[in-house]
Amino acid sequence: MAEQDWKQQKRPFAAVATVPLFWTLIFFLIPMGFVWFYSFGRNVGLTEIDIVGTLDNYKRATEWLYLGIFLKSLAVAALVTLICLIVGFPVAMAITFASEKWRPWLLLGIMLPFWTNLLIRTYALMIVMGQQGYANSGLGALWNGASWLKTLVGLQPLSTWEPLPLLYNNFAVVVGLVYVHLPFMVLPLYSALDRLDKSLIEASLDLGAGHLKTLFKVVVPLAAPGIIAGVMITLIPALGAYLTPDLMGGTDSQMIANVIERQFKRANDWPFGAALSFLLIYVMFALIAMQGLRKKTGEVR
Amino acid sequence: MTEPIIQIRNVTKRFGKVAAVDNVSLDIMAGEFFVLLGPSGCGKTTLLRMIAGFEVPTEGQILIDGQDMSRVPPNKRPVNMVFQSYAVFPHMSVADNVAYGLKIAGVGRGEREDRVREALDLVKLGGFEDRMPDQMSGGQRQRVALARSLVMRPKVLLLDEPLSALDAKLRAQMQFELADLQDEVGITFVTVTHDQDEALSMASRIAVINKGEVAQLATPSDLYEYPANRFVADFVGSVNIFEGKLIIDEPDKAAVDCPGLGKVYLNHGVTGPHGADVWVALRPEKMYLHVQGKGKAVEAAAKDAPEGHNFARGQIKGMSYLGDITLFEIKLDSGAMIRVSRPNLSRHDQEDFTWDDKVSMHWRADSPVVLLG
Amino acid sequence: MALFTRTVRAPLEYSKSLWMRGWVTMVMLFLYIPLFVLMAFSFNDSKRNVVWRGFTTKYYGVAWENDQLWNAMMNSLTIAFFATIFSLVIGSMAAVMLWRFRFPLKSAVDGTMSLPIIVPEICLGVAFLVFFSTVGWPTGLGWPFNLGAIIIAHVTFCFPFVTMVVRARLATFNREQEEAAKDLGAGEWQAFRDVLIPHIKPALVSGALLAFTLSLDDFVITFFTSTPGTDTFPVLVYSLVKRGVTPDVNAASTILILFTVLLTAIALKLQGAKALASTHS
Repeated sequence: MAEQDWKQQKRPFAAVATVPLFWTLIFFLIPMGFVWFYSFGRNVGLTEIDIVGTLDNYKRATEWLYLGIFLKSLAVAALVTLICLIVGFPVAMAITFASEKWRPWLLLGIMLPFWTNLLIRTYALMIVMGQQGYANSGLGALWNGASWLKTLVGLQPLSTWEPLPLLYNNFAVVVGLVYVHLPFMVLPLYSALDRLDKSLIEASLDLGAGHLKTLFKVVVPLAAPGIIAGVMITLIPALGAYLTPDLMGGTDSQMIANVIERQFKRANDWPFGAALSFLLIYVMFALIAMQGLRKKTGEVR
Repeated sequence: MTEPIIQIRNVTKRFGKVAAVDNVSLDIMAGEFFVLLGPSGCGKTTLLRMIAGFEVPTEGQILIDGQDMSRVPPNKRPVNMVFQSYAVFPHMSVADNVAYGLKIAGVGRGEREDRVREALDLVKLGGFEDRMPDQMSGGQRQRVALARSLVMRPKVLLLDEPLSALDAKLRAQMQFELADLQDEVGITFVTVTHDQDEALSMASRIAVINKGEVAQLATPSDLYEYPANRFVADFVGSVNIFEGKLIIDEPDKAAVDCPGLGKVYLNHGVTGPHGADVWVALRPEKMYLHVQGKGKAVEAAAKDAPEGHNFARGQIKGMSYLGDITLFEIKLDSGAMIRVSRPNLSRHDQEDFTWDDKVSMHWRADSPVVLLG
Repeated sequence: MALFTRTVRAPLEYSKSLWMRGWVTMVMLFLYIPLFVLMAFSFNDSKRNVVWRGFTTKYYGVAWENDQLWNAMMNSLTIAFFATIFSLVIGSMAAVMLWRFRFPLKSAVDGTMSLPIIVPEICLGVAFLVFFSTVGWPTGLGWPFNLGAIIIAHVTFCFPFVTMVVRARLATFNREQEEAAKDLGAGEWQAFRDVLIPHIKPALVSGALLAFTLSLDDFVITFFTSTPGTDTFPVLVYSLVKRGVTPDVNAASTILILFTVLLTAIALKLQGAKALASTHS
């Protein structure tokens, strides 16, 4: 595609470039710049902040307490991504190989939650997972059923059902994040699988490989770009998740975004919050750089 | 007599309500170069994919080497396939592609390497082991696909439109190479194609498929010279077809009166009741063309046919010079159009004829074919 | 039931295998049961989301009378409306700029413009909190001017998505069409209007829908930018979830879910499921 040098068409260039460039500068770079400067600052008084060029905030952010929260956030995000991948891959396969009649409906089924308000979805999940919610009563019914079966064969019944604390703990955070991010994973997986030449799968079967072997030797390597895209699209927002751990988590399940929020809204320690924010951004950059590196080495091969 | 390597018994495949393959029965013998020929959408590829195991027949049975394949998945069948898109694994080198099936079969490293090398040499790709597929031309990728299948030493090699993606020159070359290769390895080849030239040049036998049914099963020359019906006559090669009535029907001779063409005499008997409506098929290259008024055509025709038979007059309405032959579109005196081809035996041959020339033509009594359907 | 009968299937008909169907069914149940429960409880004649006490539509009436809910809904829709329009214009401009022109620092500009997609919401949220308080953005303006800060914040994270969608569409544009238009006498602007705009129209539609949903959906960034009186629907639901939800919120949520279904249906009608799925990856 022949691009034109902006100098040859200054007026059309100015017409399309001015507004986006200024918007990005004023309403993105400058706000981010403020945060960056504050991260080297110090609180003086209640609202006054001095930019003194100190690294104290970063030092504090890398203390074991906060480093631990960072690592935990990474672990939770990684676990959520892994679950989404394992749960989502067969769904993407099913959509790819569904009949023409079913495919649009399955896609719609995945897309609709994607378009539904995040807060409503989280809140809906909380209703189901509550102490007296349907998840618990469903499990309770299973428990009682099992107990009844045991008495039927003449064994001691199980102890009475105690509702499980499904909400307000780390388990709830993981379930909540999976619930929210699953559609993000399925869609890129689907578009990668859909692009895959089906005769490659047939060729593998034809040469004697079973379905599992074909999956790991042909489908997964060829769908790798889609898998990586799905992983990134899930991992990055999960790492910075605020809402789910805040609403569904317990006292011990705060993630890094919750700590950042506290610095700004409650603890009123903006410089420290700013430093944490930028550390989070640097981690994102590192993740994306890793992906870029992978892509590069893939191309060289 | 040996048992057929593939037996297709009353196989029907329906997609929804449409029968892609309709009650087909075929026997393919070991060592054959068998071609399934037909227009696109006729069901030939579906038939091939059922042999490979990628489609399940709605009814009927497929036996390979005497074994019923109904419950055998593709990865357990003693056949291998070369796909239309070649389906060379883009993330594996040439050697890894060819070794893929052997690795899965658990063939040891040493033997594997020998067999891969052997297979690559066979398809003339020695030295390309470490190339990636995206660094190769379409023709080379096809050879990789061939080697990948041949290395498995299948009982039958299935080829789906193997030459359709190649350019004309390469296609002609590969036709010969495939035939040679088949000779060399002695494996049964079953090929699907819509290209009659390809089918005629490579096949030992051809099944012409039309609308899911076998229209004719014959050797290439029989198919061309003795087509069984109008579909085959028209699909294989080019042909002039005229409607007529059977007026003489004897064991050693026959004649058809065609309003469009005139009286056609044959020096052999045909099946069909006297007075039946039939069709006469006459190939363009089987007619002799003369400048009218010299009486040669009449004379020549008289040699093996009664007077007034196997002879027609007309006017040249179109000509296309194709190098080796010139093709004439001639409007007969009856008003019907006929195509006649004429070899350009010498350099200035075609100059004898030009637009609007009055011409006459004759043909020998063994040239026309009488078709009942 | 036909869905679960075992038939002889061709090797690639994975979706016909039993465990695959079971898996997809389980995933769909996981995704949808909570939403259906929420919708069902909006008709529950009880103040708590626990036991079914009979059918009623009275909470729809309560929701209708709830000023707080109304304000939040109106704020959300107003913000989404303006954010969509601005994002569409700015995003398309950026897309045309990046597609059409070569200029210094282009890859840096390209990368910076897509950063708002990647930067975690929480970081963007605090950046706006810091920015608006530092520059002393006026608060307490009358409606709808009090929503200005939130709209600005939403445009910033929405327009890169529009750029992405439009740029993907532009990549399929055949420049010869534009040359043909010019050959037939169209000027630069006329060619742009008559050839390029019609070509990117589907992308504009999906970009607009994407921006609208993203804006309507956003909680975190709004949470950090909102001042008293500018609560959006998600911010209101958040504070209610923290303090205790009234059943009329179920009713309002149900209406919003149905609204989403409607929007999705429109998007599908305009584009088809496949094209829509591809805009998300």
